[in-house]
Amino acid sequence: MIHAKQVVKKFGSMRAVDDVSFELGASESLALWGSNGAGKTTLIRCLLGIFPFAGQATINGHDAQQSGKLARALVGYVPQELSFHDDARLGRSIQFFAKLRGKRKTDATRVLEMVDLQGHESKRVRDLSGGMKQRLALAIALIADPPVIMLDEPTSNLDASGRQEVVDTLSRLRETGKTLLFASHRPDEVHTLASRVLVLERGKLVRDVTPKELWPTHRSLQTIRLHTNEDNDDQAASVLRQAGLTVNLNGHGLCVSVPHNRKGEPMTLLAQASIGVRDFEILEELKPIESHDFADCPIDTLATSNQSHGDQP
Amino acid sequence: MTTLSTDQFHGHEIQTHAGPGHTSRMYCTIAFAKREFFDALSSRWFLLYTVAFSVLSIGVSYMSLAGSGSQGFAGFGRTTAGLLNLIMLVVPLMALIAGAGSIAGERERGTLLYLLAQPITRTELLIGKYIGLGIAICCSMGIGFGLSAAVLAFNAGGVGLGSFSMLIVFTCMLALAMLSLGMLLSVLSRRSGIATGLGLFSWLTLVFLSDLGLMAGTVLFKLRVQEVFAIAIINPLQAFKMGVIVNMNASLDVLGPVGSYASRTFGDSLSWILALTLVGWIVFPLGLALILFCKRGGI
Repeated sequence: MIHAKQVVKKFGSMRAVDDVSFELGASESLALWGSNGAGKTTLIRCLLGIFPFAGQATINGHDAQQSGKLARALVGYVPQELSFHDDARLGRSIQFFAKLRGKRKTDATRVLEMVDLQGHESKRVRDLSGGMKQRLALAIALIADPPVIMLDEPTSNLDASGRQEVVDTLSRLRETGKTLLFASHRPDEVHTLASRVLVLERGKLVRDVTPKELWPTHRSLQTIRLHTNEDNDDQAASVLRQAGLTVNLNGHGLCVSVPHNRKGEPMTLLAQASIGVRDFEILEELKPIESHDFADCPIDTLATSNQSHGDQP
Repeated sequence: MTTLSTDQFHGHEIQTHAGPGHTSRMYCTIAFAKREFFDALSSRWFLLYTVAFSVLSIGVSYMSLAGSGSQGFAGFGRTTAGLLNLIMLVVPLMALIAGAGSIAGERERGTLLYLLAQPITRTELLIGKYIGLGIAICCSMGIGFGLSAAVLAFNAGGVGLGSFSMLIVFTCMLALAMLSLGMLLSVLSRRSGIATGLGLFSWLTLVFLSDLGLMAGTVLFKLRVQEVFAIAIINPLQAFKMGVIVNMNASLDVLGPVGSYASRTFGDSLSWILALTLVGWIVFPLGLALILFCKRGGI
């Protein structure tokens, strides 16, 4: 359904997406995982043909750049920042997007019912809550019933109950056979929704795994962000990975996950390699997967695993 | 692509592989034009300009009637002449600001990204917005002209209606030309504030500075009359002014040696030359905006 081949997107000299290739079959669900600045949002925008890029991306055979309109017709998109015309009324807003996809007013009504927004048509968009705006975005994405749904951190602006609603909705969509591609910071979402996870780091695809492979441990993990002396992050990451820790780099330090009773281990390993650590922060704790208790554990960081890094594509 | 299977979602049937859901180029363009038109109708700037233009038009009509002893001789002709300067100030400002805010405003609000993620092309978006805004501005002026015409027709009959009609046609062309320029500035600007600033600067340049520059240039470089004419009609406001005066069946001698030269050299075809100049100002900035918007990509 989605085919990306050597996708490269540069902003000036910075490679926001760096030679990313992957394939996603129909009815599969794929999560893009990585820190802020890893390239998740840019990759989604490339796939939609919004950004020009080097390489090739197709959706059901339609080239995202050459036949962008046809490719996008197969995709419902929910952006990270919900940007609607604030003065417009909800009803008119969704009817406009229905028109763009050649759908009728009845389709707009139907999809509003699906996301429980019926009866709010006369409200102005600026008067909607964050959760309602999110549902409106989802309604717009679903209005033409596209086979692919792309979501860019769909729950980042929601509270716990709003997040749960969106995750439940997406779970149901997944069950109906939709192909999902979404960026997320939250392991609970990824575990619930994704069958595969692409781990991005500084624009590069570093792993293509299942959620279970990404979080194999049942123990609580602690995320630590380290800042090395002389910003020697790349060498430090290499040392930690050789020791079996999964590390994530995003230009704002180096994030490592370790069992909560071994928080000093990364620093010991780096000291043995003569790499100094000038500062560190302890980030949120990741609970065991079995408890599915990630809901109130927002992390802005990383894939955590005690696997080695040898399975890079 | 055909529907392969269906399922239930909240009790609603979901097609797992729906049709492409994309629409024709014309359909999307019309959808954007309609939205832009209705957005403009409900916006404060549209209301403000419409009321201001209407009030000033009616005021000019009454004054022109008073000047002719309220007997209506050449009522439309006098009003046309009176409205000319008002239009040259108000219409470019209105169209430039509206155009400048169009793409840059969407970009700044973040809505451009969302629109471009829909199954549309950049051409459809830009042209749709242009058509919608163009119709809205022409309607806004149409209200002013309509009220003015009603006052004149009631008091003075239909004398000079032809020149008044040509004034409306040329004014619409001027508005569309300035809207094109505004949209070009909008495509070039990251922020709507910058685009609006550039729009205001363009307005100032076209309305005031270009005349001063032309005068200074004529004296400094001792330009010949045909060169002065050629440079003058590059300014769409000058083309508009001459076009309206020509269509009032008035002599361009009022514009001095340059006007005399134009009348003598081009004769009846002068009106068409001036109209084509305005058409050029519609086509070229819009075409350039389209090329830049499509080729640059991104948001």
